[in-house]
Amino acid sequence: MQWKTAEYSGWGRALRARGTLARPEKLSALSAALQGRGPAIGNRRSYGDGPIHDGGAAIDMTRMDRLLSFDAETGVVEAEAGITIAELLRVFAHKGWMPAVMPGTGFATLGGCIANDVHGKNHHNAGSFGQHVLAVTLMTDNGPREVTLQTNRGLFRATMGGQGQTGAILSAKLQLKAIPGQRMRVKETRISDFDSFLAAFDTSEAEYTVGWIDATKRGKRLGRGILEEGTLAEGGRPGPVKRSLSVPLDAPHFALSWPVVKLFNAFYISRIPDTSRKRTRPLEDFFFPLDRIHDWNRLYGKRGFHQFQCVVPLDKGPELKAILTTIARAGIASPLAVLKKMGPGRAGHLSFPMAGYTLAVDFPARAKVPAIFARLEQQVLDAGGRLYFAKDALAHPDSIAAMYPELADWRAEVAKADPEGHLETDLVRRLKLRSAT
Amino acid sequence: MTETWIVLGASSSMARAFTRKLAERGDGVILAGRTPADLERDAADARVRGAALAETVAFDARDPASFGPILDRLEGLEGTVSAAVFVGSMPPQAEIDADPSLIAGVVTDSFTGPAQFLHRLAPLMESRGSGTVVGITSVAGDRGRIGNYAYGAAKAGFGTYLSGLRNRLTRAGGHVVTVKPGFTDTAMTWGIEGMFLVAPPETVAADILKAVEKKRNVIYTPLFWTAIMGIIRAIPEPIFKKMSI
Repeated sequence: MQWKTAEYSGWGRALRARGTLARPEKLSALSAALQGRGPAIGNRRSYGDGPIHDGGAAIDMTRMDRLLSFDAETGVVEAEAGITIAELLRVFAHKGWMPAVMPGTGFATLGGCIANDVHGKNHHNAGSFGQHVLAVTLMTDNGPREVTLQTNRGLFRATMGGQGQTGAILSAKLQLKAIPGQRMRVKETRISDFDSFLAAFDTSEAEYTVGWIDATKRGKRLGRGILEEGTLAEGGRPGPVKRSLSVPLDAPHFALSWPVVKLFNAFYISRIPDTSRKRTRPLEDFFFPLDRIHDWNRLYGKRGFHQFQCVVPLDKGPELKAILTTIARAGIASPLAVLKKMGPGRAGHLSFPMAGYTLAVDFPARAKVPAIFARLEQQVLDAGGRLYFAKDALAHPDSIAAMYPELADWRAEVAKADPEGHLETDLVRRLKLRSAT
Repeated sequence: MTETWIVLGASSSMARAFTRKLAERGDGVILAGRTPADLERDAADARVRGAALAETVAFDARDPASFGPILDRLEGLEGTVSAAVFVGSMPPQAEIDADPSLIAGVVTDSFTGPAQFLHRLAPLMESRGSGTVVGITSVAGDRGRIGNYAYGAAKAGFGTYLSGLRNRLTRAGGHVVTVKPGFTDTAMTWGIEGMFLVAPPETVAADILKAVEKKRNVIYTPLFWTAIMGIIRAIPEPIFKKMSI
């Protein structure tokens, strides 16, 4: 197995690792690479230190990306962990199927979606990604091992959202969702403030919903934004596949400075007429709005950025409003924060979702951010909410332990599956996920 | 009419990307490599993507005895038979300098092995009056460089062979595409220092398929290598011999 030494990071680029990477393309090479003792990683679309291992080995799974079987009657597909969600959508949408849950980027791999038990714009009615996984195959020293909820409930639940700590995810069987066509009918509505936003989510009947908010606004305008409601529609793909753009260089640090962000947000929101507008969009444009701009994380410059994402219970709307106020007052928010209502669906011990409201905001990595983040972390904890491992780079072990009540159950399964701790990532170590405190 | 491709060196990154494109066109694929068991998952991938047929078969460029059963299988197929050759080996030049006998293996893997196979396949393609041969050579074959001239020489030899085969098959209704990829992000090049303008295998595969459909003769991929190699080929030998690029 060939190894290379490289510096690499998650999507936020603020936390970096230097270590050795292997990128196997076949099963025999994967077995050999696992002897190098490191976690399996995917396209590194998690923002923080979940997909990195400083000073050690990691296995890049992106070339283990084969489709293994598909049943056109039932919509069950089995694929290797390195395949991307966008590829699953591309291959199956014209056959009338798509992943039942898709995260906000199509570059996420199947393995990454499982390891973070990701959610999508339909979480309030479809649940999390792991709830559509029928079986997952882990690569062990003794070869592939298939795990299902029925055959090994504990290990399966520890794997869904389990940060890859139960074994390198080799492949998974997914139940796809039948779709009427390749179109999304989207209704965009301007929302004037935070309270109206929560009310709009509560009355929306759309299958897919997401809110974009301008986190630079305070006072009466706090939470101003756009509600997007999507409904799957019949018909072929509207329009050709558009060319993607890319950000070739790290932008200077002022590219996303406060005045630029304010201007951008004002412009973005003013596109929507006072009432609302409706349009029909290709599926990937709706699900992966930023994917057409390759490497957009470089807009934050070489220091990188963080994303704060929390969820609070349904009755903690006022607390979430206070969290948003902290962010707005701090004056560091970036374009387009995301607000969404979640359902209770979750597949594993360490799954992020809970019935409630989730808020995600990007911050450029600056000296004052950790202090602001610590305050937000406390507010989330006090509200009975939690932070999301896929985004986290700054949280602390004690609050994480309080936010994830099933942590002890997870630890017990992981201790059995990887007793030597070969699969630990920087995030697992930073948050002391595997060591009982 | 159905078209079935024999893909030699099917486990390579570039071959996998090209096989997917063939499968999505609905072509049949027979995946050939030293360890067919490794290829079973690629065959499954091809079937899911729409391949009319997907099989695996043992092929070793250094063992001509492995060619016969493959040729028999191809003979038994109806319709057009095409071939895509991705085999080759590139030990570091330093290893070759230490043990010059390695050159024989490089030449067999990259040139004489696949050339023998294609030579035995050619009559079948002529009798069918159709089919395409895709041969992967390399920009390294355009000019001998101090860094890897044994590999470059083998690829140059294969390139000249393909040129002759094109001459032969064209008059029987067939076609040969010579592909010269620049640096590509494959398992073979993972971790090699000093690479630049590295292309993903998907880009190379898309270029190859386009060249097949348009019956191009010789292509560089990605396209900008046409310009780079135009310059490199134009450097006069008295100057080139002193350069280390």
